[in-house]
Amino acid sequence: MGYVAVKGGQEAIAESNKRLEYLRIQSGRTLDVADIQASMKPLIDQVMSESSLYDEELAALAVKQAGGSMEEAVFLLRAHRSTLPRLYYTTTTDTKNMAVERRVSSSFKDIPGGQILGTALDFTQRFLDFDLFNEAPSDLCEKRATFEEEPVPESNLDLRQLTKVIDYLEEVGLYQRPAMDNTEPDDITKKSIQFPASRSQRLQSLTRGQTGAVTSLGYAEIRGFGVAVHPNIGELRIGELPLYVQMDQEDNEEDEYYLGAITVTEVEGFIPVDVVNEAGQTTQDFAIGYGFTFGQNETKAIAMSVLDYALEYKDPEYPTANEEFVLLHIDSVESSGFISHLKLPHYVTFQSKLDSMRKMKNKGGDEA
Amino acid sequence: MTTRRNFAFLDENSKKEIRRTILKAIAIPGYQVPFASRELPIARGWGTGGLQVSLSLVGTEDVVKVIDQGSDESVNAVNIKKMITDTTGVTTTVHTDEATLIQSRHRVPEVPLKEGQTLILQVPIPEPLREVEPSEQKTKEMHAHADYSVSWLHLFEQIVKYGQASMHADYPVIVNNRYLMAPSPIPRFDNPKLHQNEGLILLGAGREKKIYAVPPYTNVKSIDFEDYPFERESFVGKACRLTGATDVYLDELKDEETGEAYYLINDQSYMLELLNKQEGVTG
Repeated sequence: MGYVAVKGGQEAIAESNKRLEYLRIQSGRTLDVADIQASMKPLIDQVMSESSLYDEELAALAVKQAGGSMEEAVFLLRAHRSTLPRLYYTTTTDTKNMAVERRVSSSFKDIPGGQILGTALDFTQRFLDFDLFNEAPSDLCEKRATFEEEPVPESNLDLRQLTKVIDYLEEVGLYQRPAMDNTEPDDITKKSIQFPASRSQRLQSLTRGQTGAVTSLGYAEIRGFGVAVHPNIGELRIGELPLYVQMDQEDNEEDEYYLGAITVTEVEGFIPVDVVNEAGQTTQDFAIGYGFTFGQNETKAIAMSVLDYALEYKDPEYPTANEEFVLLHIDSVESSGFISHLKLPHYVTFQSKLDSMRKMKNKGGDEA
Repeated sequence: MTTRRNFAFLDENSKKEIRRTILKAIAIPGYQVPFASRELPIARGWGTGGLQVSLSLVGTEDVVKVIDQGSDESVNAVNIKKMITDTTGVTTTVHTDEATLIQSRHRVPEVPLKEGQTLILQVPIPEPLREVEPSEQKTKEMHAHADYSVSWLHLFEQIVKYGQASMHADYPVIVNNRYLMAPSPIPRFDNPKLHQNEGLILLGAGREKKIYAVPPYTNVKSIDFEDYPFERESFVGKACRLTGATDVYLDELKDEETGEAYYLINDQSYMLELLNKQEGVTG
């Protein structure tokens, strides 16, 4: 034993892994998981959304272990998800009961309850803030104290009972609420997606899609390769949603157990569609595209609502109307995994290809 | 925070579900059974389909062999083997005839399988019709009707264009006279080994979420035409430089001193076994 061609892989891998770990700790500085969780909320939200696992602490741990690589953090958390038994489904939750932190509508200036800007990056000016180079923990405490001393204006608004913009649209007769579909939803993590896909399969696939992929395809749909008109955001709301599980088979609300609340983003996009009335006249109604994500992921949720619309009201001319094209290619773990597998050795298949090409050339030579 | 790891990584319910999928696959040879593929700590596209099959089947008594491109020591083989042993503590081997479970990427070992052995092939693209039809919904219908005319047409077009079949590895086969199947990117050289094989062959595609099977003693035929019969890669006039073997799949290498091409057996554990045998005889 001991031929060079056969041995060596194991040692080389061990050394490569050592080098990776060395580079991680080389500078002598590192972030605590708690630091990441406290100061990188948008990153945590994005990782949880793409991983389909709501756990801020584990998401922060994944970010730390991945050295900040988005695809790697999602990969780690998804793999961890596979080790967890799935015992219960939460009961149906109504987003009307969301404890709203932010709620805006681009369709109506004055919505019942008003526009609630909450927390957003939208109104900041994107100058690099050089003061952050010298931010000390004591500065943070001081700043926090100043904020907390500011008086909070009185309000009678119940943020758990905010009406939805779509209700108004229905009242004025511009939206026909479809019949309630109470079919048991599919679960794409327990049964792989089949085509034609059900709406539940579609929404699950979109909500766990890679943020960049969902955003790009949604952008293409409204820019020109699709509906090519831009939808109106009827309502974008962010807040905490309470979750319950039912322990027995009886549909008795008193037996529900409260699990906790998760922060989510919900988008209802309005897009006009043609409808033909009884008299044969063509008029327009609004159709809804629906977006929903774990955490605050506004761009993705809006793009998701666009794609939900594109797949519901299909125009076969455009790739975004092809559910296999959209749903099978937006998953971060799948796309990054398959692309990166090209780095693996393909010696055997390449040899086979060489054989085929050489035969081809020899035959060509005979005929010439 | 500390966590307890499951035996063979996945939770028991997931493994049970995958075993049920495998049973269905064995019952319908060559048919791609969909399953809810789990994410693993190995990347999608790096053998997660095969690995989920291995993890669902492996028990404490099993002896596991993992090969990638014919090599037990290839980076990915080492990684997958480590993942299996780290989570189960089972014994591993490089010898094909000692293994009960053999996970492989792109090769069927040269040593023939026996009854009781299971070969698990990693599959990147399980759909043999994908090259001609991108839509999953349509290919599913074509399988339902055994409508494979497009595959023969594809083959015919290649013959017209190139004078031969230009498909190299992953050359499609008909299993049990019914389903068209992608044998995974094994070289054409390995296709005939699938026919009436004594071992159980399972094929797992993690990213594409499909499991399929060639049960022991099943008919497997590579598609071809009477006047253009199926051909394996040709190694006529070539032999392994170390062992002299000719009836095996060979790797082409370049001699750094002379600049000439030379050949070695691709299945490296088989090459080692041959070499040891030869040294035993001469020494």
